[in-house]
Amino acid sequence: MEENTISVPRVVPRKIKEKYAVQAPRLVTKDEFLAPGHRACVGCAEALAVRLACKALGANVIIVTATGCIEIISSQLPWTSWRVPWIHTLFENTAAVASGIEAGLRAMLKKERRSAKETKVVVMAGDGGTSDIGIQALSGALERGHDFLYLCFDNEAYMNTGIQRSSATPFGASTTTAPAGKMSIGQVTWKKNMPAIVAAHDIPYVATACPSYPFDLMDKVAKGIATQGPAYIHILSVCPTGWRSAPNLSIRLGSLAVETGIFPLYEIEDGKYNLSIDLPTLRPVTDYMELQGRFKHLPEETVKKIQHRVEEEYTKLTEKVAPTKGLSE
Amino acid sequence: MAKRVGIEISAAIGEAVKLANVDVVASYPITPQTHIVEHIAELVADGELDAAYIPVESEHSAMSACLGASAVGARTFTASAGQGLELMHEVLYIASSMRLPVVMAVTNRALSAPLSVWGDHSDAMAVRDTGWIQIFTENGQEVIDNVLCAFRIGEDRGVLLPVMIHLDGFHLSHMIEPIYIPEQSEVDKFIPPYQHPLPLNPDKPVTMGAFGPPFIYTETKKAQEVNLTAAKEVILQCWEDFGSIFQRYYHPVETYHSEDAKILLLTMGSYSETATMTIDTLREEGKNVGLVKLRLWRPFPFAEIRQAVKDAEVLIVLDRALSFGGPAGPVCSEIKAALYNEDKKPKVVSFVGGLGGRDITPDGFREIINRGIEISRTGSEQEFEMFGVRE
Repeated sequence: MEENTISVPRVVPRKIKEKYAVQAPRLVTKDEFLAPGHRACVGCAEALAVRLACKALGANVIIVTATGCIEIISSQLPWTSWRVPWIHTLFENTAAVASGIEAGLRAMLKKERRSAKETKVVVMAGDGGTSDIGIQALSGALERGHDFLYLCFDNEAYMNTGIQRSSATPFGASTTTAPAGKMSIGQVTWKKNMPAIVAAHDIPYVATACPSYPFDLMDKVAKGIATQGPAYIHILSVCPTGWRSAPNLSIRLGSLAVETGIFPLYEIEDGKYNLSIDLPTLRPVTDYMELQGRFKHLPEETVKKIQHRVEEEYTKLTEKVAPTKGLSE
Repeated sequence: MAKRVGIEISAAIGEAVKLANVDVVASYPITPQTHIVEHIAELVADGELDAAYIPVESEHSAMSACLGASAVGARTFTASAGQGLELMHEVLYIASSMRLPVVMAVTNRALSAPLSVWGDHSDAMAVRDTGWIQIFTENGQEVIDNVLCAFRIGEDRGVLLPVMIHLDGFHLSHMIEPIYIPEQSEVDKFIPPYQHPLPLNPDKPVTMGAFGPPFIYTETKKAQEVNLTAAKEVILQCWEDFGSIFQRYYHPVETYHSEDAKILLLTMGSYSETATMTIDTLREEGKNVGLVKLRLWRPFPFAEIRQAVKDAEVLIVLDRALSFGGPAGPVCSEIKAALYNEDKKPKVVSFVGGLGGRDITPDGFREIINRGIEISRTGSEQEFEMFGVRE
């Protein structure tokens, strides 16, 4: 089996290890708010991430979904996978729809036209719906300070429509609209740093997560939902279909994205950065890239370039965690 | 008793929104709509209207926020015009298709390029197939009466559709007119509280906006068409009830000296008032002319239009929008289509004018009518003529 041929030592962060020690499954609700039977591809880490996020959210939510994989796999008239109130309207407007829902609930509560219990508004959108077509509506909603949680499930391309590149596609990846060829390495731009763009709005809570770290993900979603004001979590969602990877490697690939420093897990709480997993050393990016068909065409020097960039970005992040200069000093 | 006050029509719309006790207003500024949303913002800031006011970052988001608010059962209002309405375009379909009764005042404006903030009906015509109820108005009183009616019509359990109230940019939006502002108690009796039958609510989860594959899409669209057409009965009932309370009566098609007229002019919106002056003058001169005013644009009032023009020999239709390369102005095309299978029908002549805020004076209407009569006799080389073009 392919799985047995790859030796990947598991790095389990301390926080998570502690939870495993008290029998992990008992910590998680058995309630499923995303019903089984949806139409996600085999090995879809996004469906897993949505399922885990829903467990952390609970029943008292209204979910707003952008057009994309999540919407397509979970809804088709006359069926639905949703056991919580759910709305999908368009691709680029989820944050605006959420703004209206939040304002509507607030206004009706004030006029006593709704019960006093606080219903949370949660957006679920992909990387295209967030960092490309939906970025204006998101920026507007963040700036206005609506009380909502935005979850971006980032599978690094327009997977639902057939693996077209987005601004979240990593450098060097081959996609159907930025294919590798004799004259191109595929994607020639670096992945847009969406959490940094969101953080620039000075909102109270920003985090990154990955379903390969389920408890970390659920903790962050719970924290995001408890935040007063806008909260944003950027969730790396491995996509075997688009990444040309084996479906049974999705969890491992998520871990490798974190352990190579390609997708570091961190939180920004009221402007303060914290690493969720502090890696003493980074694994080489090849550990992650060689398991995916989308990178297999890359020459050695391009891989080196990526390795250099990842180290540079990771260093910048660690400097934000432990700033050396400041007005108070 | 209601007071008659001198007030800018845009501000009067704000007063109507306050009287309707709207829950959420989401808006983005665009000339000539700004005075409406500014006045509402003031009412909210002064605590006169208890509503959440969302100053969104675009019209696309304005309508999207309205969708969300309406979906949780909030009474929702917005206003827009021209490019703003165009930016909302795809969102407009969602409001009607998902049965969300948003009310919107549209201060009709021309479309770029060249940029023009001034009025015509290009924006309204571009959104005519979005599934909204569309009502045109002629003066300030009609505007606020119909804004109030819009909430009652749209939110009716048998309708649940969004409603646009059209008023001409500047020609109405920026005019100060004497307007009867109804009493709160009268409005409370007239508009029942909004209760969406299946709002987004964790106590009873619903899925809104699931996608529709080929085996079901056609059925959803048929249901929507039946729904919009059937809304006409509710609109008629609403106008009748409004009339019995406020003594002002509205109809899908209204007429002025049309009963015995062999020559009819058809207009929409504020230019109808100017046209009545021309009709008066021509009548004094002994000419047998009359005016037909189309108020209800969607759902289209086929029976009323056929009835109103059946005895005329010539029907001259003035459009304030172009259908580039098309058979006539958009309104005229529909009038022609409505009459085509009738045994007895007038000759129909199409004019396009009043674009981008260009005035049509009473003398202008006289020219249009005279030229229309001429074309009905001699024919024209063009499918339609543009009025008042400097060549």
